[in-house]
Amino acid sequence: MSEIALQAVELVRRIEGDVAHTLVNGIDLSVKKGEFLAITGPSGSGKSSLLYLLGLLDAPSEGEVIICGEPTSKLSESERADVRLTKCGFVFQFHFLLPEFTSLDNVLLPMRAAGKMSEPEMRERGLSLLGSLGLGEHANKRPNQLSGGQRQRVAIARALANRPEIIVADEPTGALDTVSTQQVFKILRDIADQGQTVVVVTHDPALAARADRRIHIVDGKIAESTGQGGGEAVCEMAT
Amino acid sequence: MKLLFNIAWTHVSTRVRQTLVGMAGVSMGVGFTIMMAGLMQGSQLDFLRQLVDTMPHITIEDERRSVPTQPADQEYAAVQMSDIANVGKRPGIKYPESVMSSLRSWIPGDVAPSAKSTAIINHGGARIGISLTGIDPRREVHVSKLATQMREGKIEDLSRSPNGILMGEALAEKLGVKTGNTVLLIGGQGIQLNSTVAGLFRSGLRSIDESQIYSLMGPAQIIMGQSGVVNQLRLRLNDPMLAQKVAAQVEAQTGYKSVSWQEANADLLSSFTVRDFIVLTVMGAMLLTSSFATYNIISTITHEKRQDIAIMKSLGMREYAVRRIFIIEAAIIGVVGILFGWVLGYLLCYGWSKITIFNPLTGTTVPLSIHYSLTHYAVVGGISLLCCAGAAYFPARKATRVQPVEIIRGAS
Ligand SMILES: Nc1ncnc2c1ncn2[C@@H]1O[C@H](COP(=O)(O)OP(=O)(O)O)[C@@H](O)[C@H]1O
Ligand SMILES: [Mg+2]
Repeated sequence: MSEIALQAVELVRRIEGDVAHTLVNGIDLSVKKGEFLAITGPSGSGKSSLLYLLGLLDAPSEGEVIICGEPTSKLSESERADVRLTKCGFVFQFHFLLPEFTSLDNVLLPMRAAGKMSEPEMRERGLSLLGSLGLGEHANKRPNQLSGGQRQRVAIARALANRPEIIVADEPTGALDTVSTQQVFKILRDIADQGQTVVVVTHDPALAARADRRIHIVDGKIAESTGQGGGEAVCEMAT
Repeated sequence: MKLLFNIAWTHVSTRVRQTLVGMAGVSMGVGFTIMMAGLMQGSQLDFLRQLVDTMPHITIEDERRSVPTQPADQEYAAVQMSDIANVGKRPGIKYPESVMSSLRSWIPGDVAPSAKSTAIINHGGARIGISLTGIDPRREVHVSKLATQMREGKIEDLSRSPNGILMGEALAEKLGVKTGNTVLLIGGQGIQLNSTVAGLFRSGLRSIDESQIYSLMGPAQIIMGQSGVVNQLRLRLNDPMLAQKVAAQVEAQTGYKSVSWQEANADLLSSFTVRDFIVLTVMGAMLLTSSFATYNIISTITHEKRQDIAIMKSLGMREYAVRRIFIIEAAIIGVVGILFGWVLGYLLCYGWSKITIFNPLTGTTVPLSIHYSLTHYAVVGGISLLCCAGAAYFPARKATRVQPVEIIRGAS
């Protein structure tokens, strides 16, 4: 029996307002430790909304997100921030690096915010992360001196900085050329192979095919779940 | 904290012009407020110093605080009495010499007797009501600054000329008399006395310079028609601020009404309180206004950095930590602004102190008196820093409260 890193139970996210809208409509999901899960679905189907819930960027209207066995619905705002800082790295479609800082400083940001390591340790880790993503010589460049693919890789390095259990990425290659897309996917694959859990939203069926498991979302619900068997088994265990 | 400072620094250092405007705003607020504080307190202290120098610190009068009980009251247990002649000759202070020597044994200062009365001065057809005080020149030097206020002649000259008097320059000018001239003094009971002007003084307080005349005890007592009477003792203390306390003790001991300079000038001092309040309000408003530039900058930065705020929050930085970045930015602007403001304030004060103005009270040209006080710098700086922090807090709170998804959704 393998450990479950990330679990969603009856997850619902509604938007109140003049036109009430259900972004995520009852999703049950379990992701094993070290699993690479791809989420596909048409535009506007609620993939990003689901990911924000899984990454604790947003709070569900109903249901529960369990991260490393810990339910999160009762956590305070600062406790949720701590989970984001240490357990769950987020990669956005747009890189969202701080423009005034170098690649290295951007990668150091979560480590500095956590304040668990000494400055030399942090620098060493930051440089080795950038190096492993092929950005060794770009450590001291600012985001506007980098290409789109390079920026996205810096963003991945930043997400990895505090060694989170889980990496959540929302169309990380959506704005990239083919070569960069391949690079980024290989990196994500490697991360999963090294034992970290990866959940990634993508439009690209070829890329989704390289994941351990795929779920297809339509109108905020899981329409289809395919993969190498493990997925369903885990789901059953979880429910 | 270092991280927050780093981020804050990049924000302000990439906006040089805006940052400088903010700092200039703070500097000017601080500078002008310090200047105002120095000027206001300087002039006030100057005035008080003059007042304290000119007036006796405590005056003991030959009267009681309440109307003395009438003998008839005690004898007949009368219910009510009216039309009692309570004014006649002034009773004078009984055994003034022994009262004075007893006071001298404990008060931190000195005491001198005087005979105070009113009279009319008549010269060349001009008749002016004045206040005549008979003094003892040897003792007077211990209780008043009259000796240093003499412009012509000396206090001792009183005894050298027949019925000598000292008058204020302003009065002399009004009457057109000079030292050595003779004037006619007329007392309440019609007693007339030819007096020689033995000297002129200038106290700086117009009310005194225009209507106060000093003579020896003798002539004053003649004018009053009461020879030998001492109706006033005047005290000068080493520390004028003790006057109220000492006056109360003196009154308790002697039973005579003792008035401290503070009590005698209560209306003036209370007008100071009102003035202080107004000035403090204005200075506070100046500091508050000067931090508006800071408010403006922080508002702009938080607005421009909405996305960065969302990123930092989504990465897991706590809301208060992100908010602190902007408070630090305001503090950087504030601290630098305050430092320059201190320099500006000092220079302004220094500049003012070089300006001399004609003082119509004293008729002299004197430099503006400025009070330099580290307290001004500390208090003004502190308040200004608080204003800056407040100016940053509200926009920062508003900006950092936003849920990161709201901005990230919009951006992607
Ligand atoms: N704050 C919001 N208010 C109203 N509708 C929203 C809001 N956020 C997202 N939506 C809508 O919800 C749907 C799901 O959005 P999203 O999760 O971004 O889909 P996806 O990432 O799959 O394209 C979209 O139709 C989007 O327009
Ligand atoms: Mg999306």
